[in-house]
Amino acid sequence: MSILVNKNTKVVVQGITGKEGSFHAIQCKNYGTQVVAGVTPGKEGIEVEGIPVFNTVENAVKNTGANCSLIFVPPPFAADAIVEAADAGIELIICITEGIPVKDMIPVKYYLKKNYPNTKLIGPNCPGAITPEEAKVGIMPGHIFKKGNVGIVSRSGTLTYEAAFQLSNLGIGQSSAIGIGGDPVHGLSHKDVIALFNEDDETKAILMIGEIGGTSEEEAAEYIASNVKKPVFAHIAGITAPPGKRMGHAGAIISGGKGTAESKMKALKEANVTVIENPAFIGKVIADALS
Amino acid sequence: MKLHEHQSKELLKKYGLPVPEGYAAFNVKEAKEAAQALGGYPLVVKAQIHCGARGKAGGVKIVKSDEELEAFSESILGKVLKTVQCPNGKVVSRLLIERATPIEKEFYLSITLDRSNSKILIMASKEGGMEIEELSKEKPDAIIKEYVDPVLGIMPYQTRKLSFALGLNPSLFGKIVSKLYQAYMDLDASLVEINPLVLTKNGDIVLLDAKVEIDDNAAFRHKDIEELEDITQIDPLEVEAKKYGLNYIKLEGNIGCMVNGAGLAMTTMDIIKLAGGAPANFLDVGGGASVEQIANAFRILTSDENVKAVFINIFGGILRCDRLAQGLIEAAKMVNIKIPVVVRLEGTNVEEGRKLLKESGLNFESAVDMWDGARKAIKLAQ
Repeated sequence: MSILVNKNTKVVVQGITGKEGSFHAIQCKNYGTQVVAGVTPGKEGIEVEGIPVFNTVENAVKNTGANCSLIFVPPPFAADAIVEAADAGIELIICITEGIPVKDMIPVKYYLKKNYPNTKLIGPNCPGAITPEEAKVGIMPGHIFKKGNVGIVSRSGTLTYEAAFQLSNLGIGQSSAIGIGGDPVHGLSHKDVIALFNEDDETKAILMIGEIGGTSEEEAAEYIASNVKKPVFAHIAGITAPPGKRMGHAGAIISGGKGTAESKMKALKEANVTVIENPAFIGKVIADALS
Repeated sequence: MKLHEHQSKELLKKYGLPVPEGYAAFNVKEAKEAAQALGGYPLVVKAQIHCGARGKAGGVKIVKSDEELEAFSESILGKVLKTVQCPNGKVVSRLLIERATPIEKEFYLSITLDRSNSKILIMASKEGGMEIEELSKEKPDAIIKEYVDPVLGIMPYQTRKLSFALGLNPSLFGKIVSKLYQAYMDLDASLVEINPLVLTKNGDIVLLDAKVEIDDNAAFRHKDIEELEDITQIDPLEVEAKKYGLNYIKLEGNIGCMVNGAGLAMTTMDIIKLAGGAPANFLDVGGGASVEQIANAFRILTSDENVKAVFINIFGGILRCDRLAQGLIEAAKMVNIKIPVVVRLEGTNVEEGRKLLKESGLNFESAVDMWDGARKAIKLAQ
């Protein structure tokens, strides 16, 4: 098992002929992921390193059986790309694109929820999803991950890498690692991914990496308290962040006194989550607890 | 992106929203011209800064004559105004001169995104003039909330509900809510806040204050609004960093940080604090981190006089450590660095990267992990 992506996942890359799209499509393929198609409107018929390119996601699905989309389309066109994937029947949409206006994302999120309740959106502005040694559908460096039993969910890419690297170095592998992204309006939440890990037999422990802004971590804490029996560990970035300043991610901002690291850590501790304050020791704390 | 009150009001006026007649003034002469155009006193003079609670800090004054106008304008223009929301203050580079409004009653009205359900939220209250944060703590029941359906938009019954709750004329106030929502959507705003909205003694409704913030991600389709940004309200180093595509936010400490990735950059600031130090900034050089970007980052970091040591925390992923180390070395040679630098390099090809740094002849201190790096930087800064 594992969650969301595995060796049977068939990926279509939207925006495959762009610089980022082609680079990462090849990286994913080299990792062992089944990258079966690409989409760039007007470029049907060409290939990118042996991956056939189609004009529409619909054509890509018909011809290749793709069931997961990885999106690199630029911000002004990304909302359209997400809806196109959903309408073509794709049930897992992973949007890497950073910088999509909030106004574009609100109706998209609403549309997916109303029309495709089973379709899962990851991101935007996220590193993607990986199940080590099976499939990488995203932009993370694959080789720092190792197969195992810790499920990771995070808003931040680099912090996911940092944590996975620390764990792997201590011999602790990961079942899957999911980056949910740093935007205020996004698809799967911490809570949603934790629920998936909770149901997954291969996942024995869960690491949640959060940051300031929003209330996603607090909602996860509430869910964990009443549903999760597996050990949960958490780190929250941004203890030192001043209010009203956007810390890189559009979602990482303390506004109206809400979304502070303190309130998140408090909620998590109350849910019996082990809060790891020092990010240098994420791997060590988990290793000690699991041994 | 934040806008000034006068800019916000000018934008909202285009949607037919009632704002007091007024003009922006950058100097005393313009202030006097504004007074003349408004045709007499009393007038309200409001310091324009990107910060709330100006009134209590002495940034707003009612003037009754040319002399009073001149004296107040002279006393405040070019000065740094400190308010409870901005303890370090912001420089007053412009004023808004407005006709005084006879106030009967004050209200609160705002539109923003509720992140917990990804819907646009309209909030209104009879308790105008109070900060919404305070209000939500002290009198949460006094805030009336209406969520907007993403497809239907704001419905007339919702504007009526708000009107009845506030005790305002539904045809008059309802129109204001609808127009404000229209403006919010058209402008790609992340916040529109009217505090206070007032009922005048003549029975009119006026937006006495206005705060509009624009979603940075949508700036590409609002070039005209982007040009309105007043960089005197932003730290000059932050303005400089933005030019080079660097994500930099100045803080008060003495340890400069350079990190790749927003999450790791935040956590690097935190770990410096955990180790007993104080970070001088947030700086994300991004995943690409070219030599030029790193060189500019070095320059910006070290031009902050408070910075006594630099902590570079890099996780090499797809961009390998050896490549990043080369970038650091080239950049360091371009910029003459006089303060201690601690480097923590981890990830892909880390051994090659560390070797390159060691052989570079640069006096960089290396750290085994983040914790070690933070502690070394703090020690060297003393």
